[in-house]
Parts: sequence; structure tokens; C-alpha cells
Amino acid sequence: MIKMEPRQESSPWMPYVSPLLAGVLTLVTGAILFAALGQDPLFALKTVLITPISDAYGVGELFVKAGPILLCALGLSVAYRANVWNIGAEGQLLMGGLAGSALAVQFTDSEGLWLLPAVLLCGMVAGMLWAALAALLKTRFNTNEILTTIMLNYIAFNLLQYCVHGPLKDPHGFNFPESAMFADAARLPLLMEDARVHLGIILALAAAAAVWVLLGKSFLGYQIQVLGRDSRAAKMAGFKEKRLVWLVLLLSGGLAGLAGVGEVAGPIGQLVPQISPGYGYAAIIVAFLGRLHPVGVTLASILMALLFMGGEMVQIELNLPLALVGMFQGMLLFYLLACDVLILYRIRWVSQPATQTL
Amino acid sequence: MMDIELVNNVLQAAVRTGTPLLLVALGETVAEKSGVLNLGQEGMLLVGAVVGFITTLTTGSLFLGFMAALVAGVLMSMLFGVLVLKLNANQYATGLALTIFGTGLSAFVGAGYVGQPVTGLEPIAIPWLSDIPVIGNALFNQDLMVYLSFLATAVLFWFFKSTRGGLIVKAVGESPDSANAIGLPVLPTRYLAVAFGGAMAGVAGGYLSLAYTPLWAENMSAGRGWIALALVVFASWRIERVMLGAYLFGLASILHLVAQGLGFSFPPNLLAMLPYVATILVLVMLSSNPARNKLYAPVSLGQPFFKST
Amino acid sequence: MNSDSKLEDLPVASAQGGLPMPSRLALRGITKQYPGCLANDRVDLDIKPGQIHALLGENGAGKSTLMKIIYGLVKPDRGQLYWRGNPMQIADPSHARSLGIGMVFQHFSLFETLSVTENIALALGTPAREMKTLSRKIADVSRKYGMALNPERLVHTLSIGERQRVEIVRCLVQDIKLLILDEPTSVLTPQEVDTLFVTLRQLAEEGCSILFISHKLNEVQALCDGATVLRGGRVSGSCNPRVETPSSMARMMVGDDTPIATEYVKVEGGEPFLTIHGLNKPTHDPFGTHLKNLQLQVRSGEIVGVAGVAGNGQEELLAALSGEEPVREGDCIRLADQAIGHLPPDQRRRLGVAFVPEERLGRGAVPTMSLRDNGLLTGFLQGLVQNGMVQTQKTEAFARSIIDRFKVKAGGTHSQAKSLSGGNLQKFIIGREILQNPKLLIAAHPTWGVDIGAAVAIHEALIQLRDQGAAILVVSEDIDELFQISDRICAICHGELSPLRATAHTTIEQVGRWMAGDFVEDAA
Repeated sequence: MIKMEPRQESSPWMPYVSPLLAGVLTLVTGAILFAALGQDPLFALKTVLITPISDAYGVGELFVKAGPILLCALGLSVAYRANVWNIGAEGQLLMGGLAGSALAVQFTDSEGLWLLPAVLLCGMVAGMLWAALAALLKTRFNTNEILTTIMLNYIAFNLLQYCVHGPLKDPHGFNFPESAMFADAARLPLLMEDARVHLGIILALAAAAAVWVLLGKSFLGYQIQVLGRDSRAAKMAGFKEKRLVWLVLLLSGGLAGLAGVGEVAGPIGQLVPQISPGYGYAAIIVAFLGRLHPVGVTLASILMALLFMGGEMVQIELNLPLALVGMFQGMLLFYLLACDVLILYRIRWVSQPATQTL
Repeated sequence: MMDIELVNNVLQAAVRTGTPLLLVALGETVAEKSGVLNLGQEGMLLVGAVVGFITTLTTGSLFLGFMAALVAGVLMSMLFGVLVLKLNANQYATGLALTIFGTGLSAFVGAGYVGQPVTGLEPIAIPWLSDIPVIGNALFNQDLMVYLSFLATAVLFWFFKSTRGGLIVKAVGESPDSANAIGLPVLPTRYLAVAFGGAMAGVAGGYLSLAYTPLWAENMSAGRGWIALALVVFASWRIERVMLGAYLFGLASILHLVAQGLGFSFPPNLLAMLPYVATILVLVMLSSNPARNKLYAPVSLGQPFFKST
Repeated sequence: MNSDSKLEDLPVASAQGGLPMPSRLALRGITKQYPGCLANDRVDLDIKPGQIHALLGENGAGKSTLMKIIYGLVKPDRGQLYWRGNPMQIADPSHARSLGIGMVFQHFSLFETLSVTENIALALGTPAREMKTLSRKIADVSRKYGMALNPERLVHTLSIGERQRVEIVRCLVQDIKLLILDEPTSVLTPQEVDTLFVTLRQLAEEGCSILFISHKLNEVQALCDGATVLRGGRVSGSCNPRVETPSSMARMMVGDDTPIATEYVKVEGGEPFLTIHGLNKPTHDPFGTHLKNLQLQVRSGEIVGVAGVAGNGQEELLAALSGEEPVREGDCIRLADQAIGHLPPDQRRRLGVAFVPEERLGRGAVPTMSLRDNGLLTGFLQGLVQNGMVQTQKTEAFARSIIDRFKVKAGGTHSQAKSLSGGNLQKFIIGREILQNPKLLIAAHPTWGVDIGAAVAIHEALIQLRDQGAAILVVSEDIDELFQISDRICAICHGELSPLRATAHTTIEQVGRWMAGDFVEDAA
């Protein structure tokens, strides 16, 4: 029988082993699943993990997808460190894309250098404002941020649908639910000639560095972590809880907004009904998988991007539903949470329930 | 006379729309009263919906469909239960994982069934009762599951009001350590409560795909699992208020019917926001007084319990 | 009390040694190992029918584990329990209760939102339909033993003393043969302690055995006719408390190396430093206490003690003083001439206020953070942060100096706070505050749950800080501690403060009456 014993001190290395273990378990489960579906498991795993990045275009595409995931996950990491359960990255991302588009479609003929920064800023601010709603609701009205941010996701999605079918629809677009194409001056510049990878990934990496300084070096970051681990200690020390909640929500909203505007101003180039295949939700998993640490989150974003690409590849090559990605994501998070038990507990095999007489 | 007709239709639709919310929220209320917060309702709903749908489509039996949905819900909830109760994983994160997993799983399993029709549950008008003005049609001209949801509400009300089992669930939810110290079975109680929540969410999923809109579509629950979670807070963990709240939310969700009936036209995407906006407003109204929630909320909600021996 | 009591009194040969065992409960060689800690090491214990037996030992000696074993909450690794002469394995608390074993927990095992009857029914397994009968029985039993209780009241409306009655009555409504009480007097006023002892003696006379767990030697002397002393998990001695002195029993508890309580010189103090004047604070917490028109002065260079039974407004007073719950009229709380009542905690710290909260793990220190980071928690005003960045080396040095100066036993500055023993963590927290040279130190329950060695070290650190001229306010439920270290003393009851008197000119009985809300002073 398995027995769990609490460790006196949390294991120092299990936090890093656990994501690897979870990854391996997900792969094994995946292989079994593919076999059960009548596929060659090794070929299927190769299709998911290796085929998508077997050429330069694929590698570029990996970073196109990793960028928005990383931006969202960085913000979530900071929020989760403060024990603020922002589930709203998806909605904040959509609002960023929506607001950036609203600005960009006003200047489809512009060549001004100011346009791109303005569009990006507009998207960021929109993401922040959307998150600010959750911050206001939490700090002023004491509402649970999980529920409000989820609701705000649904509202943002419907708002975007309304705009893309209504006010922002391209008047010359044959009634397709799409905005006009943005001017080149509103687009994120490409980094490579023959791939779609653009400036967004650089912005994301810069954000990762900034978050690293915030969490690892600054007193503000220290306060955020004290609040997250022990809010009563934070209160005792005089750290301003409400201010910190606002800060982490604005930060994560701004980064998610940037991710959203980066999609419309990057690979898409216009506003369409689907600007995210669930990057904001995937970022939740990435944040946990990356241990809420900028370096870990960066690595996990790349893995998650690969999973998205692998899902598309499986759909094309093996004719399996794209929903496979979501299932794998959930599985990965489950395994991670299960493996994380080992951080706080030791698992022992006990041959027999204890009591013995003399 | 047009107006009476409209009121009748709206009330009937409100109850019908509120029923899946009611089922999920009843189950989650029981789980939360035992101290476990399961954010995976949306995932369990979807898996219940797809499993129920496929079962009915292949067997032709609505009964088997609902039973399969129930079992699927329980299995999903046990995935959550083992992680949270056996391995002491974080309840928030595990619930989210359940929702993400359930959304993916249901979409994967249901991919080949999108757009196929089944014959759904039909309303049964109860003689006499359904002729009562205003409420008769709303409450007694409904399908069997609606009547069963009435029954479930009544049974749970009685369970918490006057049975030892209900007392144990409340005690475990308030202080698992005290409960353990006097020898109450903390973990078995929580497993049962979580499983009950799963069963209810599974059945509610079945209701969506077999009665409410008899078809399967990806993500067809559209956030109902989350709204039900808000509903539990709205109801202050009290059974009778869960029912009231479910129908109010049902009403908010079908206001576009009212609007259409009255001859207004709104963009459908804006109307679709209404239930979510209503949820936030309700949360604001009810959460802004923390003292009140402290009186009613299960004290140990969301916290793990480790039994040392 | 019952017909078969004669049978019990017959000597029964034990399974092994042929010892005569006229005991109601006998433990032989009970051993329980936890990871990193041998909680019980071959413990033997005998309790005879009608005996009041003390289990003595300081915090961490293994008393709790032993009684949990008797009550079926914990399984021993080795050893045998004999119940009325027969070897017995107690499976769980309900099995223990069916044998007639009852237990009164230190941290009550009650449910605040349920009624007294519901609480008792839960433990007894009473079916819902017999609740009425149970209510009547509760009323009868509580009357018989002089412990008035209304069965319909919700537990959160009861005082701490009344809650303890619920725990005791819960045991007495059954046919009780052995009553275990874990530190029952720590939540009572001295007068309530006397009343409790009357009840316990009455029970013992009726034949019920009582296992009285305590670390208060004078109480054990007053009540018990046998005692087993535990130290480090082992039995370090057995004695008859009536023929021992408190200091001889204390030696058995702590061994020869640890200094035992010393007397400290009482001082007058200088100018008033902290002034609380007309402090009113309504609470928003449905389970909280309103503060009513509090007046108090603490002078530089003195220790003022606030006695009181838990839940009488201590938490609210401390939160108002620390700044966690500032008050609107800042003038109610003054430091020298400056109003501070409206200021948040960090600004009060800048003015020289330091604070040691009651909960050391999860308020005083972040459990999962290292000692280095926990030093920063309140030490951030000591130059550990520059331009918004944490100065790693200075933070490290600060934590290091706390550990060295206050002899904190820890693996190092990287150790997590939760890995320390209660006494060592408390030394770290108090050290962290003292190293900041506060002008006012507010300490809540500074030595609860710590071993005697640490308690002495903490008391000495407080006295030293006092002698350096700091004003110190100590809030404690331990009245003996307050008489030992405070220069002036008062009590809090129902959110009101009693008069403040020099400790040397008052008595424990006087303060005990204050704790019960009787603020009339003895004619001195």
C-alpha cells in the first residue's frame, strides 16, 4: 500500500523533475492512445513532435506560436505568484487584438512609423483595461477572480464576434466577417525572409527578461510572492494587498493584450473571428509547467507551441481531430499536478498497515 | 392575449434553461459543503453531454444515454477526487485541469458526431397542475428531467435539514480536523460528495445534448459549468436558493426571446453576453459583504486535509 | 459507579511480565516514530479506576501523540495497550468511545456553525430522530456536574469556557470510564480552573479515571494523585505529585541542563511611550469582538502584560496596534506625541514599532520561504532594499545575525521556516524584531507551544530589550508568564480592559476576576 509522508522541508529538486516526469507520462499515455486508435505510436509521436519543425519554416512557425503563449504565460506567472487566479488571459488577448485592430483599420493607407507602436500600445492598454475590470471587481467588491475573468473571456469573445460581424467589418470585403487588411506600417516586421516569424517573439523574450528581474531581484517581486504564499504575513508586514493585486492583473492583462495585438498585427494582418486557438488557456498550463519562472515558462511555451503545431500535423497526416491538442494539454496538467505531490511528500511503499504487538 | 402567451413561453423556457444549471449547482453545492471546490464542472458537463449523446445515438435509448452521462460524470469527478483528496493537489488548479481535459476529450470523442440528430426528451404535461395560471405551464409542462430536478432539490433540502448524513457533510466541510478527531470519515465523505457532484454534472450534460438541444456540438455547454459555480455563491450554499437562482439565470439567458417577442432586435452576439454579464453582476451584489459569506461559506472550502496516522 | 467495578480492581496478570495490573488503562512499551522524530519511546503508563493521573511534559515531549494513541487517532508502531486488563487495539475514536474513553481536546474539536446538540450528536452517532432525547440528556448532565449549557445554542456564540464544557459534556453523556483532558486549563480563568477541578473530583469519586495532561505543576499538585513525566518521548519519571515539589517535577520534565524559570526584577519604567486613549473599534467579523473605550499606557523601559481568555478582543486589539486594522481616529493610539492609529503597519515600523504576532507559521513567518527571505519580511527598512532591488548579501547577513545572536537552531539561512521547531522559529521572529532596535515591541503569546529552554531565552531577550529602554506590550493567555515578566498587568474581557496595576501589587486571583469581566478592584 502507498503511504504519503510529508517532507519536513520541500524537496529542492522535485519542482524541476516533476514537469519532465509529467511530459514523459503524457508521451507514454499518448503513445498508448495512438495505438488504441490503430496508429503506429512511434510514427504518431514523430508526427506530433518532430515533423512540424523539420524545416526552417517550421522552426519559424514554432516561434510565431510560442510568442503569444509566452507573453500570456509570463503575465499569468506573476499573477499566480501573488495567488491571483487570473484565468482571463484569453479574454485579455482578444480585447488586445480587437482594440489594436480598431485603431489599425482607421489608417489602412498610412506609412507613418508611429503606427505600429500606437497599435501595439492600444492593444496592451485594452488588455490592461479588461484585466482592470477583474481587479476592480476583486479589490472593490470582493468577487472571486476565477469566475469574473472566465465570464470576461466569454464577453470578450462575443464582443469580438459582434465587431467583426459589425462595426469593424471590411466594407469592401464581400460581407465576409473580416476587417480590412492592415497597412504594412501597422504590421510587425518579419525576422526571416522565408518564414512568418516576426518581432513579436523578441518582444516576448524581452518581457521574460523583465519578469525575471521583477520576480528574482526586486522588492516588489518579493512582496508579490509573500502575498501569494501567505497573505497574512504580507498584511502583517504592511504590504499593500490591493495595490499588488492591481499590479499583477494590469501586468498580466497588458502582456496578454500585447499577445493579441501581436497576432492581428503579425501573422494575420487583419481582424478575423478566430484570432486565438486558445493561447490564453494554454498559457495557464504553460505557467504551471514552467514553474511560474520566466526561464521555465519560456521553455514550456516552446513545447506548447510545438503541441499546437503537432495537433495540426496529426489532423493533416493521420486524419485525427484537432481536439487532440486540448486533451493532451489537460493530460499534461493532470500529470504535472500529480507529480507535484512529490515536492511536499515522500511516497513510501508500506508492506502492511503498521500496528504490531510486542 | 399575446402577452400572456409570451409570459407563459418565457417562464417555461426559463425553467427549462435553468434546469442544467440547477443540476450542476446542486451537485457542486454538496461538494462544496463538504469542503471541496471543483472548478471542473464545465469539463464534466461536456463529457456527460458527449457520452450521453453517443450512447443514445447508438442504442436509441434515452435512459441509457442519461445513465452513461451520469457514469461519465462520476468517472471525471473521480479523476479530480483522487488528485485532490488522495494526492492533496491544489483544488483550483486540478479543477481547471479537469475543465481543460474535459473540453478536449469531449471535442475529440464527439468529432464524428457533430450535426447528427437524436430524438430528445419530450415534455409531459401533468394534468390539472399544468393548467394553473402563470406557473402551471412553466413548472408542470416540462420533460421528465425537469421533474427529477425538482425531486433532487427536495431530497437535498431534506438531507441537509434533517438527516445525520447532511450533518456529517456540513461538519466535514467546516472543520475536517475536528471531524477526524471525533472519528468522522472525512475522506470518504468528501469522495462521495465529489462523486455526487460529478453525477449531477454528467446528467446535466446529458440534459443539454439529449433534451435542451438534442444534438452534439463542440463546447456546447458555453460556460454553464462556470455559471453554476457562481450560482452556488449566489445561493450562499443553500439548496432552496440554488433553485431560485437557477431559474433567474435561466431567465437572464433567454431574454433575447423576450426581446424578440416584444419586437426589438439586437445583434445576437451582444445578447449572447447577457448571462455572463448577469453572472458578474450577481457576484458583485453577493460578494461585497464578506461578513455574510463568512457566515455561510464552508470554512474549509478549497483546503486540503492530510490525515496523519 | 458501575456494577463490575470490583472485577476491575482485581489484579490481572499481564501477558508478559506477570505484573499485577489493577489498572483501568495500562500502556506497555508504546513506541511511535514519525519521520525525523521519535514521538513515543517505550512508554509505560498505568491509570487506576477513580484515579486522577497527570501526564506531564513540556511541548514536544510526546504527550499529544500518546493520548491520540489512547483515543485511537494514531496507531502505535510497537507496544500494547491494556483496557481493564485485556489487551486491546483501539481502532478509531468511535471504538474508544464505545469502551468508555472520552477526550477533551486542547484545540476543541467542535463545529462553530452547528448547535451544541448537533455537535454532540455527531460524535455519538445519534440518529437524527433522537435529537430531542439527546438535548434533554445534555441539559441533565450539564446541570448535574455544574456546567450550565443550553443545548440549542450555536457553538460560535459560546465563550471559550463554555465550548470546553461542550467538549466535557460530550464525554459525560456517555457511560464514561476514562476521561482524557489535554491542557484543559490553558483557556480558563483561575476561578474557572477551580470550578473545573471540582467537577473532575466529583467524576473521580464516581469511579471515572482521569488523565490530566498539563505542563502547569501547581495545578497538577492540586488535583492529581499520580503522575507520569515524559521527556523527549520517554518516561523520565513517575511520582506522586502530592509528595513532590514543583521544582523536583520540573527537573523531571526538562532534565538537568535547562535553566528553569527565574525571577526578574520589576521596574518602574520612564515616560509614557504608547498611549491608547478611548479606542473603540466595531468588528465586521461575525465571530469577532468589539473593542470598547480602551485606555492603556505603556512606558519606555517597562513590560505591560495583558491577560485574558482567548477570544475576548485580543486579536482585534493587536490588529489595531500593529496597523493591520488601522482605526479611523488616529488619535486613539499615540506614540509619544504622534497619532499613529490611522497609519498602516510599515509606517508604524518606521516610527520604531515592532510586532510579534500570535501565529508564527503563516503570519509571523512565511512557511515555505527561507529564513533569509523571512528576515526581509519585516527587516526591509534596515537598508536591505535599495532602489527597489533586494540587496542579497545584506539580507543574508541580517538573517545570519538573527540566527547567531538568538541561537536559532536551523540548517542555515536557506532553511524553510516550516522546517524549524516552534521554539526556534519564535526565537527567529522575536530576534528579527529585536535586532531592529524597536522603541515599542508588541508581542502576542510569545511563548505558547515552545519548549522551556526557548521560553526562558525569549523571556530574557524581552527583559534585556526592556532594560535598554524599549516599551513592551505582551498579550498572553498564560497568566503565570505574565506575572513572571510584566511590570504592570491588566486583563481584557469582552473587548474591555481592566484597570492596570503594578504586578507586584496584585494577585493572580485579582487578575483572574478581571479576566472574567469583574473589574472591581480589591481594596489594596
